[in-house]
Amino acid sequence: MKIKPLQIIAHIILIMGVLLMVVPIWISFASSSHESVTILTEGMKFHLGDQLTRNYNEVLNEKGGWSEEVTAAKMFINSFVMALGIATLKVIISAMSAYALVYFRFKLAVPIFWVIFITLLVPLEVRIFPSYKIVSDLGLTNSYTGLILPLVASATATFFFRQFYKTIPDELLESAKLDGANSWRFFIDFLVPLSKTMIAAMFIFMFVYGYSQYLWPLIMTTAEEYWTVVMGMKIIYTESYEGVALPRTAERFAYIILSMIPPVLVVVFLQKWFIKGLIQTEK
Amino acid sequence: MSFLELNKVTKVYPNGTKAVHETSMNVENGEFMVFVGPSGCGKSTLLRMIAGLEDITEGDINLDGKLINKVDPSERDVAMVFQNYALYPHMNVYNNLAYGLKNRGIDKQSIEQKVNDAAKLLQISEFLQRKPSMLSGGQRQRVAMGRAIVRNPKIFLFDEPLSNLDAKLRIQMRLEIKKLQQKVGVTSIFVTHDQVEAMTLADRLAVINNGIIEQLGTPIEIYNNPKSLFVAGFIGSPQMNFIDGELKNKTLFAEGFEIKNVQSDFNGEITLGIRPEHMSQSDSGLINLSVELVEQLGSDNLIYGELKNKKDFCYRCPGNQLIEKGSKISLNINDNNYYVFDKSSGNRVN
Repeated sequence: MKIKPLQIIAHIILIMGVLLMVVPIWISFASSSHESVTILTEGMKFHLGDQLTRNYNEVLNEKGGWSEEVTAAKMFINSFVMALGIATLKVIISAMSAYALVYFRFKLAVPIFWVIFITLLVPLEVRIFPSYKIVSDLGLTNSYTGLILPLVASATATFFFRQFYKTIPDELLESAKLDGANSWRFFIDFLVPLSKTMIAAMFIFMFVYGYSQYLWPLIMTTAEEYWTVVMGMKIIYTESYEGVALPRTAERFAYIILSMIPPVLVVVFLQKWFIKGLIQTEK
Repeated sequence: MSFLELNKVTKVYPNGTKAVHETSMNVENGEFMVFVGPSGCGKSTLLRMIAGLEDITEGDINLDGKLINKVDPSERDVAMVFQNYALYPHMNVYNNLAYGLKNRGIDKQSIEQKVNDAAKLLQISEFLQRKPSMLSGGQRQRVAMGRAIVRNPKIFLFDEPLSNLDAKLRIQMRLEIKKLQQKVGVTSIFVTHDQVEAMTLADRLAVINNGIIEQLGTPIEIYNNPKSLFVAGFIGSPQMNFIDGELKNKTLFAEGFEIKNVQSDFNGEITLGIRPEHMSQSDSGLINLSVELVEQLGSDNLIYGELKNKKDFCYRCPGNQLIEKGSKISLNINDNNYYVFDKSSGNRVN
């Protein structure tokens, strides 16, 4: 096969892009396996050191925070619960509201859709005070419910599901009706399986969105047991230098590497579905 | 009392379009009824009202002695084959057939039995585990019919199911549908815009135009005795020839010829209809045709030409009768096989 010059250029660009993504991660990982002193004196490392297990063990299990109560492991669990809750509920709620908007042709469907759409203009950061007020009045501060609930509605996902449902031919609904499917069965037996790739994609986006929330958990949580990973990242950087101790650079790198794992896992796991859906053209 | 009775059924869409006007008809048990008409004539709407997919604006529909106007589609015991088949893309063929049965709460064993029987009847047993996307057009068509058959419904509804197939497959499936219907013996209604399909499939035929049944009868009745200009033009291929003329005291005057002793008391402007196959060549015929085009179909030849007044005209003759392009021929009407229609109303007057 003849390789065209254009292909070579394309590959060079692609490889450069890949390096741009991968090299910093590798440097972080390699640096996380050295002693902090080494990094402080010699700069960041490209090769692995011998402190890998010690550093990671310390990061995961050392108690931190003002009251020395919360560990990084706990923060990972918190973030995971929050992201999982947000992603799951967002997908369920948007899929169902899109179903209502497309299939139940009530008069106000179109205006309601636009009202939902307009909420894109008011992200949580804009409405943070009223949201906080409501959540605290409900007594939900310092709880998983409080962390998740204000973030579960999604105009974006509703929009995508709506567009997808609109491409499903009416005959399918009619045929299902004749086969005795009621509206609930049609949703579960038809729309959910048909949109599973869409669900996987939305779940990935929403999981990463939930995982990377910073401002909301920061305001919501006063108890350390509800701290999340992203908050921890801030804390680990501004950690006080107790006495004359050195900054714990290696542990910071270890923390960063660890914080990347959950979203990566979600993407890797769901990508199977994603690609499966792309290969089988089922429509 | 008939099996299916439509009584003054009317459909008006919310935007004011009247799709079906006070249609009444009866379909007998086991009968194969075909609705035929041009696109937008209301034939599909009528079918969908029987299925319960469209609301009935006025009138009654009775199925097997029961008024079904307000009955939910799933409770009507009707099965429908859609134009694009509407197979469930995410289910394999087995589940496509079984889905309706599952929703009716039938136990697993009888479902399996019924699905396998239907699959055998339609020769799709080997595809049961495949998804619809892995099937050819004809196989999909069979699956769609299988889905209707397994439920053992009171009535089959077909909404132009052959229009997505290529010509050869269409003829084959047409035969299969007819055979299947005779084997299973279920009352069927078939909607099509193709008059050949309609003629070949139907026990009885309803020719629909502008939401009105123009004529109802067996295919041969309709072919031999069209009641209106529309039916005459729609049924028969190639199309009937129409010539404008005038009828006065039982004598018909058309451009270039006249016919005496017409069996009609009508006086005034008329349209004369002659089927291309109801003529033969003669030395001193009524109609003089200058031949422009000859289509040789093998068994028949179609001769297209012009009359004196430049109107197009078609004559169908046996394949062994050679007629040259550019020649002039003279034709007689066989056995007074002509139709006279009132020009203004389109009604048959002879």
